[in-house]
Amino acid sequence: MTTAELVCPAGTPAALRTAVDAGADAVYCGFQNATNARNFPGLNFTPDEMAEGVAYAHRKGAKVLLALNTFPPAGKFGLWQEAADLGAKYGVDAMIVADMGVADWIRRTHPGQRLHLSVQAAASSPEAIRYYVEAFDIKRVVLPRILTVPEIRALAAEIPCEIETFIFGNHGLMVEGRCSLTNYATGLSTNMDGVCSPANDVEYRREADGSMSTRLGAFTIDRFAPDETAGYPTICKGRYRAPCQPDGYYAFEEPISLNLSRLLPDLMAAGVHAFKIEGRQRSRAYVRQVVAAFRAAVDAIRAGREPELANLLALTEGQKETQGAFKTKTWR
Amino acid sequence: MELTLGPIPFHWSAEARRDFYARIADEAPVDTVYLGEVICSKRAPFFEADLPEIADRLERAGKRVVFSSLAEIMLKRERKATEGLCAGEDGREVEANNAAALLHLSGRPHRVGPYMNVYNEETMAFLAGRGATHFALPAELPRASVAVLAARSKALGVGTEVQVFGRASLALSARCYHARAHGRTKDNCQFVCEEDPDGMDLDTMDGKAFLIVNGIQTMSRSYVNLSGAVPDMVTLGVTALRLGPQKQDMVAVAKVFRLLADGEIGPDDAGARLDALELGVPFSDGFWHGEAGYRRIAHAAAAGA
Repeated sequence: MTTAELVCPAGTPAALRTAVDAGADAVYCGFQNATNARNFPGLNFTPDEMAEGVAYAHRKGAKVLLALNTFPPAGKFGLWQEAADLGAKYGVDAMIVADMGVADWIRRTHPGQRLHLSVQAAASSPEAIRYYVEAFDIKRVVLPRILTVPEIRALAAEIPCEIETFIFGNHGLMVEGRCSLTNYATGLSTNMDGVCSPANDVEYRREADGSMSTRLGAFTIDRFAPDETAGYPTICKGRYRAPCQPDGYYAFEEPISLNLSRLLPDLMAAGVHAFKIEGRQRSRAYVRQVVAAFRAAVDAIRAGREPELANLLALTEGQKETQGAFKTKTWR
Repeated sequence: MELTLGPIPFHWSAEARRDFYARIADEAPVDTVYLGEVICSKRAPFFEADLPEIADRLERAGKRVVFSSLAEIMLKRERKATEGLCAGEDGREVEANNAAALLHLSGRPHRVGPYMNVYNEETMAFLAGRGATHFALPAELPRASVAVLAARSKALGVGTEVQVFGRASLALSARCYHARAHGRTKDNCQFVCEEDPDGMDLDTMDGKAFLIVNGIQTMSRSYVNLSGAVPDMVTLGVTALRLGPQKQDMVAVAKVFRLLADGEIGPDDAGARLDALELGVPFSDGFWHGEAGYRRIAHAAAAGA
């Protein structure tokens, strides 16, 4: 069984302290720009805040992982170099990278720096992972949320690095790092700008019949009856019409969250080294509850006890949860 | 300027593929044809036995043939197929669309496909140092970035390719959305995607055309049409223009882009000729202009002028 490091979201300095205090082994965070995949207004760290955050985490024995997990468009590479330089200066414990150019540059410029491969790199086979390990000395891969537990176990035996999997939070449907849907609708790119469904392009529109349309740019992503709760318009969780679905359906996935708390013992036995809780955009109260619950569960399993699985349903999107592909491949 | 025809992203029958490539060989003024299944490994057994003959036929007609690798690789059969393709036993070039292919191809000359994330000059230089000779860039890259990459590719001595026609790939998934629409899963899909040779329409709930489903892939509803930008691309040093195959008269499309790339006709004339084909699908060029991908900027600018 692995040490099962708990990797927790820190969207703000306050969330970082909350996560560390609630028992995070590591937190992940980014700067206030396009160099990370949660480039949202009001989130992330100034350079000074990053320096203080690293100091705080290290004092409490926790690690800081710097998210540099977007793809610099040609002509703007300098912004990613600056972010990596700052991270190295502040002593972050690892940098989470997706772009080969960024990985190669860090490896050459900061040779001792530990690198993790972001889920945005979409490395889902032993060969792809080995490529990144050999090319950039990657120490840990964050797996896409598409593999079953037996597949992860088989993968662990074939690759020369640690494995991190998501365990709780948003359940993205598209292969991360390979999705331009937001850019198609809004002109802002998930890969290059670090945004998905940017709030400035979101509109909630009350229709004449009392229904609510949620829109992104020029497109209606979903339509809700007057008594339904309207969700945030994310393209891969919207309802659409197809010739064989004339009344509309969730073409990709329902608004639903990933919750693998029940699979935690199986995943630890399968050789997963670290578990990632998604949610840098979530509140401190959310971070405290989820981190504390998983801290208790991991500790119980490592001590050979049955984990008490807190009811986290209230914290999931639309109060609906799934085990996605991890439980069964029929999800695909 | 090299004119290329990308791999067929849809599930066309073996017969439809043979007929399509026979006509391409005889009539389409393209220099390079990419062959092979890039989207779903379950489709390949239906037509892969025909590929050697199709490749020979295209080469006898003077075309260069490149084999494209799968974009998503997870299962054993996908890993084996990729390894076999990259062994390159028949001597043809391979275009890598996944890092798994790069593991096998590194150190030997190869191409890098549009499903790989080559967004910047550092990534391009890194891959060129490991044998990449030619880069088909991601569909969402704006002109400003293509300009930097084209300049760098000249210095590196490698080619740069931009998709100028056809649906843009917008997303890939592990889940098959064609199967899902029909209440099935990927494992028991019964190849329902074959019913939609140009992809399945997704409309918004208020009836607006939005996206296209093609198995595990989501594509633009519009056809990218960068005919207006081709003279600019020549100036920037882009070396190849890619046409994405659609269930349309691709020979006619290729002829327009051939004349345009050779400077025989101008972009206005080319645009008018493409409009005159009445393909029944809106055009877009938003990504090139750094705007929302579905938009058609050149058209709006011309209308406003």
